[in-house]
Amino acid sequence: MAALTYREAGRQAVTAEMRLDQSVWCLGEDLGRGGVFGQYAGLEAEFGTDRICSAPISEAAIMGAAVGAAMAGARPIVEMRFADFALCAVDELVNQAAKARYMFGGQSKVPLTVREPMGMWRSSAAQHSQSLEAWYAHIPGLVVAAPATAQDNYTLLRSSIRIDDPVVYMEHKHLWDFEGEVDEGAADFEYGPEQFGKAHVMQEGDACTIVAWSAQVHVAMEAAKTLAADGVHVEVINLRTLWPWDEAAVAQSIAKTGRLIVTHEAVGVGGFGGEIVATMAEKHFDKLQRPPLRLTAPRIPISYAPELENQVRVTAEQLVAGVMQLRYPL
Amino acid sequence: MSQANLDTARLRERRCLMLRIRAFEEAAIRAADNKLVLGAIHPSVGQEAVAAGVCAPLRKDDLLLSTHRGHGHTLAKGADARAMMRELFGREGGNCGGKGGSMHIADFDVGMLGANGVVGANINIAAGAAHAIKLRGGDQITVCIFGDGAVNRGPFLEGLNWAAAFKLPVLFVCEDNGYASTTKSSAVTGGGDLCARAEALGVPTESVDGNDVMAVEETALRLSAAIREGAGPRFLHARTYRLLGHTSVDPAKYRPDGEADGKWADDPIQRAADLLAGAGVSEAELAADANAAETEMQAAYDGAAGASWPSVRSAYDDVQDVGAVPVPQGL
Repeated sequence: MAALTYREAGRQAVTAEMRLDQSVWCLGEDLGRGGVFGQYAGLEAEFGTDRICSAPISEAAIMGAAVGAAMAGARPIVEMRFADFALCAVDELVNQAAKARYMFGGQSKVPLTVREPMGMWRSSAAQHSQSLEAWYAHIPGLVVAAPATAQDNYTLLRSSIRIDDPVVYMEHKHLWDFEGEVDEGAADFEYGPEQFGKAHVMQEGDACTIVAWSAQVHVAMEAAKTLAADGVHVEVINLRTLWPWDEAAVAQSIAKTGRLIVTHEAVGVGGFGGEIVATMAEKHFDKLQRPPLRLTAPRIPISYAPELENQVRVTAEQLVAGVMQLRYPL
Repeated sequence: MSQANLDTARLRERRCLMLRIRAFEEAAIRAADNKLVLGAIHPSVGQEAVAAGVCAPLRKDDLLLSTHRGHGHTLAKGADARAMMRELFGREGGNCGGKGGSMHIADFDVGMLGANGVVGANINIAAGAAHAIKLRGGDQITVCIFGDGAVNRGPFLEGLNWAAAFKLPVLFVCEDNGYASTTKSSAVTGGGDLCARAEALGVPTESVDGNDVMAVEETALRLSAAIREGAGPRFLHARTYRLLGHTSVDPAKYRPDGEADGKWADDPIQRAADLLAGAGVSEAELAADANAAETEMQAAYDGAAGASWPSVRSAYDDVQDVGAVPVPQGL
């Protein structure tokens, strides 16, 4: 057990896997200087410039080369710098990485971890702030992870590197400096498939279920704290991974609370919250005492000026109001 | 055996391979006409010398990335024609279990890492496969074949630059048939000289008459030997001509009248036959080679037509390990 930042947890996860497996290979822009957020600090010194590959600003080549290398026996970790920039490499990810195993009839797997730092952070505006996780959850062949805590980042990143599927691994930029206790695991701890589709209940409660992932988990926890002071105890579920996602954990929780809020930083229209709400409505309607609620971003791009940027933020106050609305409908 | 005899034997072998590619595609076109091959097929009729020549110096453990027009490359790398035909028919026993079809044909057992349905997408993938070879060590090489349409896509710049910057063991082959789908490439390509583009990215180039199978082979041999020795990437511009349309159902009426007719005189298989006849190979021997190819591919056709469809359950296989959806009940 050690107190680590979310950033350092990710750095240590990569370090541990690279020490264990010579075929793990990092490629992305500016990795030599530690990556744009310092999440690769010191790795070049330990592993050399071949395995910590500082790439040209060629997102399509970074992603495409990783697909080719994965098919030829490597286990690449792709760094996309900002999730927004991965859009320059959508063919390589969606048409190639996600499809190669299937369309070649299982002749090759594509073990690939694509790190895509996401979300709002320091007035980064429309091209450096997006949360596009729902796009990838829509694509057969991809696994999608969105860690919320330092422990999640450590466990899920090691597990992503180990599994044989392409994983879109979305760290939240706002969380880099968040600290948390990280258990690096006993020698026989299983990093791998079993870590996916396993939600964590961050706080138990019976008043309402709040489902969140990534940075929004912390907003939900803040709301839970406020509500608890008034004697309202909500259950906060940190989904951790969006594909696969822990349907059973959500169903189990609403069986207890009868109320469901899904909140995410991404635009609500076509967002993953819709999938969760629809699944609960289709399969677990009997458990819901109130219509479920989505608290998400409006369908506008993200601005630069803080007051404008705040228009897309779902705040703890809004979550508190949402919980009260479900408890005492107008 | 004299040098002349050796060359004749080699040329005859290459012609046999070209005949097999031609016969395979003619059988596939017949199958498409008979509604047995259902998806689009992109014949390489007239371009067989590029496939046969480029793949001649390759070892089984060398890697090859191909295009939507990739039957010839795949056969030349050593894939089994019967399994390939079954794949085109979408039947059990196809290389990809009927999931890929013509545009995604692959045979990893012979180092053929896939045709690709997206023009130019194989360039970055090939650079990455070569990068993995370099990281691992050894003297395998990667070959990436693409068409003249691909040079106008971004991956051409990104992938060639990548290979040059990291000095990777990869041979890029532009199989230039003059047409980007159904548009004349020269009408939509700036600069004109494709080798100049590659040179500008730091990749040394050579140009070759892509309908002269021995010239292609000799050039590919020289380039691949240099790459194997660690010289870094090379670019081969092979000029050829697509004698048929973009797909098997494209009559290619957008071509100037008579253009294709004139090009049939330059058919690489006929050129090889003329050379062999001049070197004393009898008409009977040449005809026997052609018959053998046709017999083989007719058998592949018949085998595919008689094969079963894949199990419907297999539609759910090989999607992913983590988060795979279950096979629906009752399937």
